[in-house]
Amino acid sequence: MKPKYLIPFFIFVALVVLFAYAFRLDPREVPSPLVGKPAPAFALPRVDAPETLAGPADLRGQPWLLNVWASWCVACRQEHAMLLRLAREAGVPIVGLNYKEIRGDAELDASRLSPPEEREAALLRARAWLAQHGDPYRFSVLDLDGRVAIDYGVYGVPETFLIDAEGVIRYKHIGPIDERAWREVLQPKWAALGGGKR
Amino acid sequence: MIAETGQFALVLAWVLALVQAVLGLAGAARGSAGAMAAARRAAMAQFAVLLLAYACLTAAFLRIDFSVLLVATNSSTRTPWFYRLTGVWGNHEGSMLLWALALAGWQAAVAGFSRSLTAAFRARVLGVLGTVAVGFLAFLTLTSNPFERLVPMPQEGRDLNPLLQDPGMIIHPPLLYMGYVGMAVAFAFAIAALLSGRMDAAWARWSRPWTLTAWVFLTLGILVGSAWAYYELGWGGWWFWDPVENASLMPWLMGTALLHSLIVTEKRGAFRSWTVLLAIGAFSLSLLGTFLVRSGVITSVHAFATDPRRGVFILGLLALTVGVSLLLFAWRAPRLSGGGAFAPVSREGSLLVNNVLMAAAAAAVLLGTVYPLILDALQGAKISVGPPYFETVFVPLMAPAVVLMALAPFLRWKRDALARVLRRLAPELGGALLLAALGVWAAGHATPGAFLGLALTAWVVLASLRLLGERLRQGAAPGLAARLRGIPGSWWGMWLSHLGVGVFILGVTLVGALEQRLDVKMMPGQAAELAGFRFVLRGVSEVPGPNYTAQRGEVEVWREVQMLTVLAPEKRAYFRSAMPMTESAIDWGVFRDVYVSLGDPTGDGGWVVLLFYKPFISWIWFGAILIALGGIAAALDRRYRRLAQRRASAAVPERRPEAVAEAVR
Repeated sequence: MKPKYLIPFFIFVALVVLFAYAFRLDPREVPSPLVGKPAPAFALPRVDAPETLAGPADLRGQPWLLNVWASWCVACRQEHAMLLRLAREAGVPIVGLNYKEIRGDAELDASRLSPPEEREAALLRARAWLAQHGDPYRFSVLDLDGRVAIDYGVYGVPETFLIDAEGVIRYKHIGPIDERAWREVLQPKWAALGGGKR
Repeated sequence: MIAETGQFALVLAWVLALVQAVLGLAGAARGSAGAMAAARRAAMAQFAVLLLAYACLTAAFLRIDFSVLLVATNSSTRTPWFYRLTGVWGNHEGSMLLWALALAGWQAAVAGFSRSLTAAFRARVLGVLGTVAVGFLAFLTLTSNPFERLVPMPQEGRDLNPLLQDPGMIIHPPLLYMGYVGMAVAFAFAIAALLSGRMDAAWARWSRPWTLTAWVFLTLGILVGSAWAYYELGWGGWWFWDPVENASLMPWLMGTALLHSLIVTEKRGAFRSWTVLLAIGAFSLSLLGTFLVRSGVITSVHAFATDPRRGVFILGLLALTVGVSLLLFAWRAPRLSGGGAFAPVSREGSLLVNNVLMAAAAAAVLLGTVYPLILDALQGAKISVGPPYFETVFVPLMAPAVVLMALAPFLRWKRDALARVLRRLAPELGGALLLAALGVWAAGHATPGAFLGLALTAWVVLASLRLLGERLRQGAAPGLAARLRGIPGSWWGMWLSHLGVGVFILGVTLVGALEQRLDVKMMPGQAAELAGFRFVLRGVSEVPGPNYTAQRGEVEVWREVQMLTVLAPEKRAYFRSAMPMTESAIDWGVFRDVYVSLGDPTGDGGWVVLLFYKPFISWIWFGAILIALGGIAAALDRRYRRLAQRRASAAVPERRPEAVAEAVR
């Protein structure tokens, strides 16, 4: 084997390593520096009533979940049934943070929409999605440009924050919540905060 | 039941692919005729089974079965039937199924129409293709199941992305996928050559028609995609250096280099390891392109993160396929070296330089495409690499390639003197520069870019005419018609494709230099002028469509006192997606397009209207069509078929020692 014939292979290996690193193949391993800190405040329009602004302050006094979702997010559909069960059967208060409803959709081009058009389109799509799949949320708010999501260090959708009665972030779950993730990870933390013992 | 049948068919196809891979490779290694024949039949069966799976998915779409997740997310009860048909591939899962079907189609073609190959070689090719299919079908069934059910079944679906509800999108993806996947055949031929250690002129002759066919599909696919972007996106551009487009351009560049390298391998026995490397490269870039685009990595990191499993699988599959191939290359390629020696100035030399330029251009496009991703991950910085980068690297790489392209057919094999050729072609060279100077003066647009473009076009056209003239003088047959008939298809292919490049450059240059654009606010009844045309907005009215409502403008186009046509651009609001879509209206012409697109209403009854005057834009499409026609002519060259016929008439038994190939050569 002559060394020069290995050159293409090594170039390719370097590329793959770069790709693997660049894509951060396992976003679950990115720890959140926000755990233990107060949940960043926001006041965003509600999906069901856009004239009303809502934020974390509305949930003071009880532990709750902040779930980041979007209608274009495939994995959100996967976890949706679980969220519905949590809300309906366990009475978990869940607030939805609708993340970049229009701009985040790779298949759409938001650059040609005016801000009011984008907002209208986002409201329509978000409501249609909730009507179709069921609405587990106390309320959902619209984060069109993703600025609030940046405050929360959102990396991908879905992500879910566990926030305690004092408004401190206790845990961040990356990826869809399935039966196992709830039972083994989230539920113990939820119980420890006194959730569900009303 | 239909969805379950489809799912079952998918799994069955995977098993068949596995059988084909194992029996093909092992059978060839051991010389077992039975195993090799079984691999062939497995390839045929795999195609049939995948056809069934595809038919099942299509049936689910046509019957509007919203209990299938994919149907619910990509169609609605109001979507017209033909867009439900294309909705099958207007999404990740369905397009991956189409990919797999195309791969199976190519495999069946190799199994059925390659009687000229020795049984062992064909078995190896099928084994390699089967291995690729195994990985792909696993990806499909494990992470992207198109038949996933949706419970409870919704009353209404989300509809197909309105951008894809267009006739161009009906044929674009199948053409492009046939091209992408066809590169797998060239790849399999290369791997089989590495495995057997034999790579001779016969090998190159077998490989060429397959590579040419795939390349023609790729060319046409890119052409339709570009035309679609031009009339559908409403910005008047035809190429945006968008990652999706780049993903198709990279394998095309590599494939073009591969075609030329194959010629040298066939005629002179040289460039063998280079040819293999290009075949691996073309397929790798096809894979990379399909995956990067389909997984959404490039367009949005977030879409990718929604399903990490897919990403891991994708990267793993890519790493495995390409990594193993390159290792095999490193191990086996040294024994392929050799072939006829040649001087730097020779036809081989010019082809080599062109190959390197093509590969470098592909690498530059790759870098520009993935650079934003890398930077985003390393520094969290959001940048986008735009047309300025691509134009700055692409033009300097391609311009010398085009100069050489027209020159190379005049060079002799092995050794030539540059002075001799330049002296012979001095009239063409001088003529090209003169014509270009006249052209920019006549157009009143004397920029270096316009001059370069016109000079390249003139050079290619003049040199092509000279080449044809010399070729016709050469023939021994009496009469022009007989001499024309005597020219082989592969020569016509070269001639047409090269001429097509010239025509293409003319279109690009003139539309870039002379196009005019006007964004204007118009009230009904008002007029605007652009490039000697007068546009009158008659009015805008609401028109219902099957699954949308359109605002349709009526714009009269006048030239002096004569009304040429009435254009009707639309702005459509699709019910399910709440995204406004522009539908531009174009008056097509050979020498110019007049293009009108409707912008936003201004609130006081007026509309923003985008007017474009696009001279010679059709020549871009003409050029691409000529390039593709050249590919077809070359693929149909009688030599390939004659060889096949001779083999068939000799009635050689199915199992044949490999030495036969040597003897026939």
